[in-house]
Amino acid sequence: MKIKNYLFTLIIYILSTHIVLAIQPDIFVQSTVNRASKVLSENVSKEEKINELKKIALETVDIKGIAFYTLGAKRKTLDDDQKKEYVKLFNDYFLKSFSSRLAEYTNPEIDVLGKEVLNKNYTIVNSLLKGTSERPEVKIDWRIYTKYSENPLIRDLIIEGLSLARTQKEEFASILNSNNDDINALFKTLKKFSEN
Amino acid sequence: MIKKFVIILITTLTLITNVNAGSDGDLILKKNDPAEVKDCFEGLNRATFAFNQALDGIIFKPVAAVYKKLPSPVKTGVSNSVNNLSNLVTIPNNILQGDFRLAGINTGRFLVNTTIGILGFVDVAQYLGMAEYEKEDYGQSLAKAGVGPGCYIVLPVLGPSTARDTVALGANFLGGDAWYNVTVRNDTHYFRDVDYYSSKITSGVDFRAKNYDSIENLKENSLDFYASVKSLYLQDRQQKIANTKAIIKTLNDNDWEEIENN
Repeated sequence: MKIKNYLFTLIIYILSTHIVLAIQPDIFVQSTVNRASKVLSENVSKEEKINELKKIALETVDIKGIAFYTLGAKRKTLDDDQKKEYVKLFNDYFLKSFSSRLAEYTNPEIDVLGKEVLNKNYTIVNSLLKGTSERPEVKIDWRIYTKYSENPLIRDLIIEGLSLARTQKEEFASILNSNNDDINALFKTLKKFSEN
Repeated sequence: MIKKFVIILITTLTLITNVNAGSDGDLILKKNDPAEVKDCFEGLNRATFAFNQALDGIIFKPVAAVYKKLPSPVKTGVSNSVNNLSNLVTIPNNILQGDFRLAGINTGRFLVNTTIGILGFVDVAQYLGMAEYEKEDYGQSLAKAGVGPGCYIVLPVLGPSTARDTVALGANFLGGDAWYNVTVRNDTHYFRDVDYYSSKITSGVDFRAKNYDSIENLKENSLDFYASVKSLYLQDRQQKIANTKAIIKTLNDNDWEEIENN
């Protein structure tokens, strides 16, 4: 009886812990967006904004996952050292590209509208960037990696149906294709972008 | 030279595409998958792309920058007007795709917006609760009939396209666009050639202005701008052909699943 009680308590504890720790993808997106909006609306220099946005990206985006996705089939041909170097270069490239793109916006208003669970690993969160007199409203969908429900991560942004990760992947494929499939050419291009 | 190009184009289209009127949605999506579209003339395409970029820098970008500064109601009105004219290509394509209900709605939209909406300046149909407007063209109708895209092509001035869509564009000039027919093709005494060409240029400027920041941002942050534009164009095209806003239908999840093994 004692053991039964103990097991029952244990199961309830595990379940409740899981429930407490799991973060819903739509709430995760809204909170990430709110954090970024707050940074963008602050009266600080562009450089400070970029640094803050980089911090948010490091916490909320699966940069390593995107790095491997964008390399496509080529990633299978890399050795461990090359993979390590690639992930580092991609990380620098991504943070610079992402933060400078975002820093152009001032106080963007994004509303989360809903979500669609694809499978246990992925949920698509739908949102809308409100229009201004300068630009029309923009539909943004977020591919959220939910394998670890307590720590969801962004893997792709799909703007008006156009996937940024897919575009990036095809861009890298084009660079490799123009350079006899030489991974060092891609490394060089990524390094050059980050250093400029 | 032009004759040679046309021969190459038609041959390529014939060789690469296959017509299958009974294609289901999945097959159409697969055929139009950006990864499946070959860049057969990459050297020529990149040269044309560079030319278009130069043209954009000299003409479209500066004009779009000024246009952007116009009051919102004016920009919306201009945008509505050019959209209204595009109904004249959309409606026959709704019919070609067997979507008679949508053809009826778009005909109603065109009539209401042209009359009460003062030549399309005001989108009255939207206020009346008509279904959201989706443009259709002859390239989309061919794709729906099972014709594959063929090679990727960058057209001078007009920009990204595919062999199929370039050939389909010809339908507009062979009677498939009522607006072209009453302005350029036939002398109706009501319209002139300049009306057609100015509407097309306005449409281009309107598109450039709407996407001004996005294009500049992409240009600045791309490692290969040509490849980015190609990818975005083909993704957009695939989605329009599928007539879906549900992005997950046009994205292949296999690549995402594969990276789990890294």
